[in-house]
Amino acid sequence: MTDFTPLTSLAGGALIGLAAVLLMALHGRIAGIAGIVGGILPPVAADWGWRAAFLAGAIAAPALIIALTRHEIAFASTTPTLWLIVSGLIVGVGVTLGSGCTSGHGVCGMARLSARSIAATLTFMATTGITVYVVRHIVGGL
Amino acid sequence: MSRMITALLIGLVFGTGIALSGMINPAKVLNFFDVAGTWDPSLAFVMGGALIVTAIGYRLVLKNPAPLCDTSFHLPTRKEIDLPLLAGAGLFGAGWGIAGFCPGGSIPALGLGEPAAMIFVASMVCGIAVTRLIRR
Repeated sequence: MTDFTPLTSLAGGALIGLAAVLLMALHGRIAGIAGIVGGILPPVAADWGWRAAFLAGAIAAPALIIALTRHEIAFASTTPTLWLIVSGLIVGVGVTLGSGCTSGHGVCGMARLSARSIAATLTFMATTGITVYVVRHIVGGL
Repeated sequence: MSRMITALLIGLVFGTGIALSGMINPAKVLNFFDVAGTWDPSLAFVMGGALIVTAIGYRLVLKNPAPLCDTSFHLPTRKEIDLPLLAGAGLFGAGWGIAGFCPGGSIPALGLGEPAAMIFVASMVCGIAVTRLIRR
């Protein structure tokens, strides 16, 4: 079980949106994490610098929040290591073939009313739901 | 250099949003999709909040001739809904549903020092790198 947190989730979502708007306003870039990560991998993009800096900020944020507020950040993962590896590979291949992930298609692309992003988001939301159902209710957990 | 600093600060805002919203927590993500079980609808509020701010913000920002730190906006130009898009999105969802990690959730989770996030991200980076090399 996880608690229903409408207010903090809405506020956190608004911050994700603010980051997307700022990245467009300042850098003219879509805040798609899959694409930003891809650009620092071979063949490395010429503009890898801002990508690395953005990712460093994203990684530093939770550690800073904990250090400054002394609040814990809820995190729980029960997936066995082998399935974490399988999941990571599938996600990596999928977001690269599909040109985006939850942030790139689901937030930035949907906000632009991009038909490609709407189609991609509907597709991955459906397959995620099916996978969770199969894993939890048919297989009975990993 | 100033572009690196602004990107770092924007990354901090993004990571804070992911942490505050609960997207950083794979259990919460999986529960959002588990309508038939321990359903937690919180993530609908994450998507809602992010979409409202981004949709309004983009409309204002894209009226400018160019972004502040670059000479032009870099917007996707492709329009066609093709097989790689749908197959890739379908695969991504299958992977997301296994462990509850998506790229935007897993990168900030590295900052929690969680081994599960590190294993997932290392594997995801391999998947992205290999696919990029094959498709270049």
